[in-house]
Amino acid sequence: MAVADPIIASPSERHERLARTWSDGRGVYGWFTNVHHTTIGRRYMITSFLFFVLGGILAALIRLQLARPENHLLDPDKYNQIFTVHGSTMIFLFAVPMMYQAFGVYLVPLMVGARNIAFPRLAAFSYYIYVGGCLLLWGGLLLNIGADTGWFSYVTLSGPAFSPGKRVDFWAQMITFTELSALAVAVCLIVTIFKHRAPGMTLNRMPLLIWEKLVLSFMVIFAMPAVMLVSSMLLMDRTANTHFFNPAEGGDVLLYQHLFWFFGHPDVYIIFLPGAAIVSTLVTTFSRRHIFGYPGIVVATIATGFLGFGVWVHHMFATGLPQLSESFFTAATLMIVIPTAYQFFCWVATLWTGRPQLRLPMLWVGGFFFVFLIGGLSGLMLASVPVDQQVHDTFFVVAHFHYVLIGGAVFPMFGALYYWYPKIVGRMANETLARVHFWLFFIGFNLTFFTMHFLGLRGMPRRVYTYLPEMHWASLNLIATSGAIFMTAGVLVFLFNVFWSREKGPIATANPWGAGTLEWGVSSPPPPYNFLNIPIVSGREALWDDPPHQPVVSGLRDDVREMLLTNSLDAEPEGREEQPGPSIWPFVSAVVVSVVLIGSIFTLWAVVYGIVPIIITIVGWIWPTQREASQTRSHEKWSVAP
Amino acid sequence: MRLARQVGSGLVWICGSAILSDAQGSILRPAGAQAGNVEWLYWTIFWIAFVVYVLVVLAFTRAATRNRVRDKEPVPVLQNPPGERGALIAVHSALAITVITLFVVLGMSVVTGKKVEGLTSKNPITIQVTGHQWWWEVTYPNSQADQTVTTANEIHVPVGKPVVILTSSADVIHSFWPPNIRGKRDLLPGYQNAFWMQVDEPGIFRGQCAEFCGYQHAHMGFAIVAESVDDFSKWLEKQRKPAELPTDEEIGRGQQVFLSHACVMCHTIRGTGAASRMGPDLTHLAGRHMIAAETLPNTRGALAGWIVDPQSTKPGSQMAPNPMSSDDLNALLAFLQSLQ
Amino acid sequence: MDRRPTFVMDVSDLPTIVFRERNPIFWGNVLYMTIEGAMFAMVFASYFYLRTRSTEWPPGVNPPYVWYGIANTLLLLISVLPARWIQLRARAGDLRGSRNGLLVLAAFGAVALIIRGFEFPALNCRWDTNAYGSMIWAMLILHTGHLLTEWVETLVMIAFASSSRMEGKRFPDFDVNSDYWYFVVGWVIVMNFVLYWAPRFL
Repeated sequence: MAVADPIIASPSERHERLARTWSDGRGVYGWFTNVHHTTIGRRYMITSFLFFVLGGILAALIRLQLARPENHLLDPDKYNQIFTVHGSTMIFLFAVPMMYQAFGVYLVPLMVGARNIAFPRLAAFSYYIYVGGCLLLWGGLLLNIGADTGWFSYVTLSGPAFSPGKRVDFWAQMITFTELSALAVAVCLIVTIFKHRAPGMTLNRMPLLIWEKLVLSFMVIFAMPAVMLVSSMLLMDRTANTHFFNPAEGGDVLLYQHLFWFFGHPDVYIIFLPGAAIVSTLVTTFSRRHIFGYPGIVVATIATGFLGFGVWVHHMFATGLPQLSESFFTAATLMIVIPTAYQFFCWVATLWTGRPQLRLPMLWVGGFFFVFLIGGLSGLMLASVPVDQQVHDTFFVVAHFHYVLIGGAVFPMFGALYYWYPKIVGRMANETLARVHFWLFFIGFNLTFFTMHFLGLRGMPRRVYTYLPEMHWASLNLIATSGAIFMTAGVLVFLFNVFWSREKGPIATANPWGAGTLEWGVSSPPPPYNFLNIPIVSGREALWDDPPHQPVVSGLRDDVREMLLTNSLDAEPEGREEQPGPSIWPFVSAVVVSVVLIGSIFTLWAVVYGIVPIIITIVGWIWPTQREASQTRSHEKWSVAP
Repeated sequence: MRLARQVGSGLVWICGSAILSDAQGSILRPAGAQAGNVEWLYWTIFWIAFVVYVLVVLAFTRAATRNRVRDKEPVPVLQNPPGERGALIAVHSALAITVITLFVVLGMSVVTGKKVEGLTSKNPITIQVTGHQWWWEVTYPNSQADQTVTTANEIHVPVGKPVVILTSSADVIHSFWPPNIRGKRDLLPGYQNAFWMQVDEPGIFRGQCAEFCGYQHAHMGFAIVAESVDDFSKWLEKQRKPAELPTDEEIGRGQQVFLSHACVMCHTIRGTGAASRMGPDLTHLAGRHMIAAETLPNTRGALAGWIVDPQSTKPGSQMAPNPMSSDDLNALLAFLQSLQ
Repeated sequence: MDRRPTFVMDVSDLPTIVFRERNPIFWGNVLYMTIEGAMFAMVFASYFYLRTRSTEWPPGVNPPYVWYGIANTLLLLISVLPARWIQLRARAGDLRGSRNGLLVLAAFGAVALIIRGFEFPALNCRWDTNAYGSMIWAMLILHTGHLLTEWVETLVMIAFASSSRMEGKRFPDFDVNSDYWYFVVGWVIVMNFVLYWAPRFL
């Protein structure tokens, strides 16, 4: 019999059968064949955190260079590479992969009650291709031919006439890698959310973090094509003599900016919305009540997703657009405050009416409130065209977006890492070290970035490798640099804590925080198949609302990787799907695609030569073995009789 | 407690001095109505933001602490939390206040924007500013071509008169930003933009490029010299003239050095054979107070260092090193310093 | 979970071969088309943006020669019929019928790709002539890339249908393959207007 009857077979027997079916390969070769979402999610987390640290080292170098006027630590060539790679790393290799891909891939299947992510091989592919982008950008920097035209690489500075060589090409093609990765994950997550939710998890009962990942995935789908397009056009201008952005031949420099910011601004929300959803999750768990204003927060998240596409021009207020369109974009920018403000009020109301337990992760929620709000309010100033035209491209803006991005993403990220650490690792993180980490980071952050507001008001532009002593910017810059030391120390304490607690921390129970979402219903860390029985959900916080004897599903096979398919709206079961197992092909395919993309920097013919190898890897990817095919055929069942 | 007070007063001192000290390029030190209006708007939004911040942070702190449970283990979940109705009213009132505040900010912003861009005048002085890597070409166009004045990095304007600035770029995107006078405007290759500007106080105001433009973005400054209408007219009249002929032998030899070295490949000095437009026009170089795009003072020593080795001051600059004998250099300096 | 679960729902009778919105691959394909659609929309938007930056359109060159484009569009419009037929046969589980339909579709694709080869020289300018030239070449190459992808995918489907490794779950793949075909055809209609008629009337 293919399925152990859950009512007769003991749980341990079923555990063994499921674990055998769902375990991924081991060893060096096996490592490259893994397709389970917990593995891929962990890899995303570790890799993107590594790039957070590397990007942070570059930031420290920037701060050291600016610590005093006319400093000769870095020459302008090195400095330009460093600030370009710092910005590109933090946005493309850390913030989006961490806040979107890492948390999404790891948490979404667990939170919706599925045994794996949809299209697991595509998810594995997305990780390898992301690593390809990391290697490309950093390879250039380490060879001292790193991109040096800023993370935005405006034409004509980044065009063939003013940036000869291959530097900008590394940047432009890195975009293709990372956006392919984000788009692949968007497809996986949307389909997981649409088709693999546990029975009973209607749209109205989806955890807020799932709502946010859904909205975010759609934002990725509409925003990322713009930046892939614009970076490809730039690449073609540079390698194939096209003239998209060449003013001498009818090209246009503002077209580049429109396309870039049509991606760039939604990207800010792609980084911030996960932070907001983490805060919603943490506030719920630690207020010991369901969140206040669930429907409103869902609407706010969706509204932010839409409005995020209507404000890109506020990055271009200094280009001299017609005044009417400037006023329109000011209004749109101010409007986007409304959904965010609503979420803030709901969090306060949840805490106010709940019974707050301020345990470790809540420290970071507090940090988020104090820090992000400053960024939001300085955003109010920047939304106003006249003020923006004064402080645009100065250190005031640098201060603003670090408050928004570090406040809105990095603070919640640390909260989330401490919150889900026991789930991922199976042990609790050390609390004292975590508090030291928080205070070092919080103080250092404010010292560095609050000071930058003053520098901006006093006229210091961004992206300058040095400044004249007569400008009276030296003491403020020294204060800003001293803050960087605290932040560095904080991150070191965090890293020490992660490694130390992994070995020495107290063993974590399944649900150490008493939380209500489904991932806390399985052991810490989760077994290879996630759920022994797929739960049937009866409330927004499943573990809080479900009856004492959790109703569950039976009848899924345990000898193949079978997943339950449910209806997108009501999560009514309507089918079963057999997922493919571990495979080397996603890795091979990612390697081939990487070679083709990197080759196309040197000659666009690489794309033509690459067609056949890419087709071969894709066929290998989907082509089953004879055994797999006959096994699948043996238990297929038609929805209607053919 | 004492330590806390000391730290506190230290911070107040830092913040206070940071805002109020006379850093010359501060946007909070306006020298004209345009920057003045923006300063007013900045402070208004600042105080709104300040009040909002204090209220939200207080509400958060109170909310997080008033029913705080200090148990180490998770306490039971509240299935029907009390005070839902009150919370509902509070949240929606706060939202309504937010919306109203946003409308106020929008209104003030649009009105201020109209004031800033609303300058106008009949027969204004028009100044063409063209961005180059990494200096500013400044032209005062005239219908008679030989009356057109071209200079670099120093923009003379009459006090209290609106002027029109026409902008374009010769290479990459730059951004024209005199913080004391008005907000920035990008110089875009392929575009010819125009905007109004007015300085209300006499003086020299520093401005700089605000859009990243390559190696020497950091050293791409300019000066706005605001002077009385009379002084301005005199200055313009003088600029229209070609360079004076050398009056002594040393200066004459200097001119020969200029014309026989690489200088002539890039620079113009009207009245001599040098007529290349690659680099700044040097016809009245000695009348400027800074060189190398507001990077070095216009002294004999700085000028000598700049000519011989520009790459140590501005690495990546388009100007090549000019090694020459000290006799030649002295003559050249004498010539350049005669270009009043 | 320390609480003993209760088994209240047996799903072993649910089907494994499901079509349309019940199948993840359908959604995967819809999302892929959305991504590509967003890309095309932005290419078209860029084209019209560049149009506003020029007084003359097309700038300094002749408009493209239209007849190859029209022929290709008509051909692709007719190819919708076999694509639809494949969907009906796939949903009925008819392997022979699906395979024959896929062969006809692949033949249409091959002819369309050949005609496409004539469309490029008929653009009447090169990609490096000016920004307009770059734009229309990009547009046509992007579509050709997708036509080629879809054609290869159809060939892979034929390989599945002819192989001993054919599984029932490939029938929904045949079905979805036709969806993507419609997308490629729909896009060629829009592109036809932009590429061939916009330079004549704008």
